[in-house]
Amino acid sequence: MERRSVIAVLAGDRGGQALLGSLAVVSVVVAFLNLAVPASSALHVSSYTVTLLGKYFCYALLAVSLDLVWGYCGILSLGHAAFFALGGYAMGMYLMREIGTRGVYGNPILPDFMVFMNWKHLPWYWYGFDHFWFAALMVLAVPALLALVFGWLAFRSRVTGVYLSIITQALTYALMLAFFRNEMGFGGNNGLTDFKDLIGFNLQSNPTQVGLFVASAVALALGYVLSRYVVRSKLGAVVTAVRDGESRARFLGYRVEHYKLWVFVFSAMLAGVAGALYVPQIGIINPSEFSPLNSIELVVWVAVGGRGTLYGAALGAILVNYAKSYFTAALPNVWLFALGGLFVVVTVLLPRGLIGLGRQLRRRRQSPPPVVPQRTEEQME
Amino acid sequence: MEPMPTSKRCSPDRVSGRPGWWLTLVLAVAAIVWLPPAHAAPADDTATAAALKAALTGLSRAGFNDKKAAVDNLEQVRSPRRVVILKALMQGNLCYRKSDHRVVITKELSDGFQLYAADTGEKLGKVGMRAVHTIVINNDIRIALRNKIAELSLADPNPDVRLGAVRDMLNHMTPAMAKRLRQYEAKETDGAVRRLMDIALALVDSSSPDKSARLAAVKVLGESMDPAAHNRLAQMLQKGDDGDYRESDPQVRAAARAALQSIRDKEEFYSVLQTSYFGLTLGSVLLLAGIGLAITFGVMGVINMAHGEMMMLGAYTTYVMQLIMPDDIGTSIIVAIPAAFLVSGLVGILIERSVIRFLYGRPLETLLATFGISLILQQLVRTVFSPLNQDVQSPSWMSGALQINSALSLTYNRLYIVGFALVVFLALLLVLKKTTLGLKVRAVSQNRSMAKAMGVRTEWVDALTFGLGSGIAGIAGVALSQLTNVGPNLGQHYIIDSFMVVVFGGVGNLWGTLVSALTLGVADKFLEPWAGAVLAKVVVLVLLILFIQKRPRGLFPQKGRVAEG
Repeated sequence: MERRSVIAVLAGDRGGQALLGSLAVVSVVVAFLNLAVPASSALHVSSYTVTLLGKYFCYALLAVSLDLVWGYCGILSLGHAAFFALGGYAMGMYLMREIGTRGVYGNPILPDFMVFMNWKHLPWYWYGFDHFWFAALMVLAVPALLALVFGWLAFRSRVTGVYLSIITQALTYALMLAFFRNEMGFGGNNGLTDFKDLIGFNLQSNPTQVGLFVASAVALALGYVLSRYVVRSKLGAVVTAVRDGESRARFLGYRVEHYKLWVFVFSAMLAGVAGALYVPQIGIINPSEFSPLNSIELVVWVAVGGRGTLYGAALGAILVNYAKSYFTAALPNVWLFALGGLFVVVTVLLPRGLIGLGRQLRRRRQSPPPVVPQRTEEQME
Repeated sequence: MEPMPTSKRCSPDRVSGRPGWWLTLVLAVAAIVWLPPAHAAPADDTATAAALKAALTGLSRAGFNDKKAAVDNLEQVRSPRRVVILKALMQGNLCYRKSDHRVVITKELSDGFQLYAADTGEKLGKVGMRAVHTIVINNDIRIALRNKIAELSLADPNPDVRLGAVRDMLNHMTPAMAKRLRQYEAKETDGAVRRLMDIALALVDSSSPDKSARLAAVKVLGESMDPAAHNRLAQMLQKGDDGDYRESDPQVRAAARAALQSIRDKEEFYSVLQTSYFGLTLGSVLLLAGIGLAITFGVMGVINMAHGEMMMLGAYTTYVMQLIMPDDIGTSIIVAIPAAFLVSGLVGILIERSVIRFLYGRPLETLLATFGISLILQQLVRTVFSPLNQDVQSPSWMSGALQINSALSLTYNRLYIVGFALVVFLALLLVLKKTTLGLKVRAVSQNRSMAKAMGVRTEWVDALTFGLGSGIAGIAGVALSQLTNVGPNLGQHYIIDSFMVVVFGGVGNLWGTLVSALTLGVADKFLEPWAGAVLAKVVVLVLLILFIQKRPRGLFPQKGRVAEG
């Protein structure tokens, strides 16, 4: 694999260029309008909006990570939110340790919920989380390890298609049940919350929130570029071949399992990072993040945007979540109808999502239709 | 795996309690026994009433000696009311009205007492707490009362009353009572009453000075599953305050130890049976939830995430049926079964015609679309009914339990569910194997184009198959409404379990679904004691995930070319 610069990676990727461009503009403008423009001005962007946008960017990164395995590798994971939640828990554990003596019980070592449960010692798996570098490492390592073990078992025994989807769902369901248990030492039902600061920056303060927002935007951009790099590389070509004809790729001599596993683990790490950035902005992580519903919603974001494009996934995540925020505030009863209808409409009428719709319309306008071979658009099943 | 729905209204430890039924029997028997002499000698009747009245007046006097004499007199009165009166006196429910000194039996209400005439049992209306005066008794009278009630009950012609009397005596036997009991035991004809009497006597004998009597008693106790026998044997093996064994003889102690061991073995055996029963019922619930899915997923290849919502619709149909006929819960449940089948089946056909038929051959897309449908259905139920759980009642014949012994009791509602699941399973099997529709369904699932070429209207078969699977989910919902809360989220709790059952059993194989549902149910319940309910589910899920790695197509995979497609 030859080394290519970011510009080379993005050459010809107009959707990606648009995404990264608008990301840069939005993050700079919003940060400026929030920090430099006084609150009285009509142009001021509230901290609430900043955090909300940061949340959307985290979701978008998660959607990109799913699109990498679903759109390019044909693995429909219905448990991808598990990696997101694990990354979130790793960050949450660091934030819990950061609270120190400022907790309700003032215990310098034990988080409040452990004192409350009468625990005397810190469980071994909480060691090290008082260092940020360790937590940051775990944000990547824990989801990666789970993906490695699970993927190795599943891909090696050639569990594919529907079966894989169902057992990934079972995986996240099992994790949710496990994290609900108080004895697990992750705060049970309530999860981890009451965070105070992150590497010394107060989480309630405005600049920290803007910083996290910018960090999310940067993470999304980096995640996008890395994913694009992966799919443009030779590895990406093999992975796409696996998606379109697994047996054929295997007969050509490729170790299909290894390629799938690699992409799966990489995707899990991206999801972990998204979770880690999400938690300090939201201020809580609890086991409901593992719920199978979250993972399926995530699939819909990608489907709405258009899978197999990466930027479409990011677009879908942001659009659907914007709609969710709007509906749950304005018409709470309608939201589930709308979401359910979205599932049906997208799968039946828009198999390529909004991006596919846009392309179709453009093609209809231009005649004759361009015959540019789009690798990413090939038949999926 | 979803927690086993704990029975909502019928707790499993409640013994087959149908007081109304046996009370009627007791009264009927009492009436039959009592009526002939009453009719033969009306003069005798008035004499009895007078004697009863006199005894009651004696009871309302202040002195304890008067009361004692009145109790003795009451025993002699041959009235069916005497046991009721004595029991009321014993429990402190016998009072006299301050206004006219009439002796009454009181039943405590929230704001006063409901009065019943002591001599006739007729209802006398409600009064305040202070309008009556409780007839106080001392310990002396209490002991006399206990003996008298026991004796009168032991002489009762109804074996259930006698059994109850012996059970009451079991924990406070005295040598005097034992002596009387021995006489009754010799005359006893009913097997169950006699066995309990033997245990009661053995409890007394186990502390007799005669070693051979103690040995015999230990032997009797060792064969019983009654907790009293267990406690007594354990007590014999304990050391007293003086450091000596309660039971001084080593030989008897050895016998007691062996007897206790045998009881414990038996208890263990029965508790294993009990766990298996719970597992079997959970398995039946899973079976009911899974077989509908085995059709839609197994036969048609459609991942129906709305399957759980079909069950929810069935449960809500039960609820609506109960609203329609609130006075006849039993019938409403029976009517709800076909109604739920129709409602869920029709909704299923609607979903198939409007959405799923565009998605055949794309299973992952059906998953997403049906998930959307499930969200819509949930929200629909929330809007039409309410987001809260609805109260669905159980018919009276489903409450209570079949008490085999102290370690094993089978609750009726679960017993019905097990039977119901098997019936539904067999019916479905019959439909698929013996009917034309079943033949067509199998033909289409095996080779769609060939079936079409032979003139099968595949579209029509698809719709009916999906309707059948959904309808069965509706029936499952009726059963679930008896076990768990009926709310908009009912379906969500079962959807992952249902998929696990189908995938574990092997897609497209009904027998596999049966085996896997029962296996998962039993495994879950056996893991629960040492892992806890939630962890047991996690363990089962993890084991399943590992199992699918080993056998990706389930326990009983489909073989041949069809399976490769």
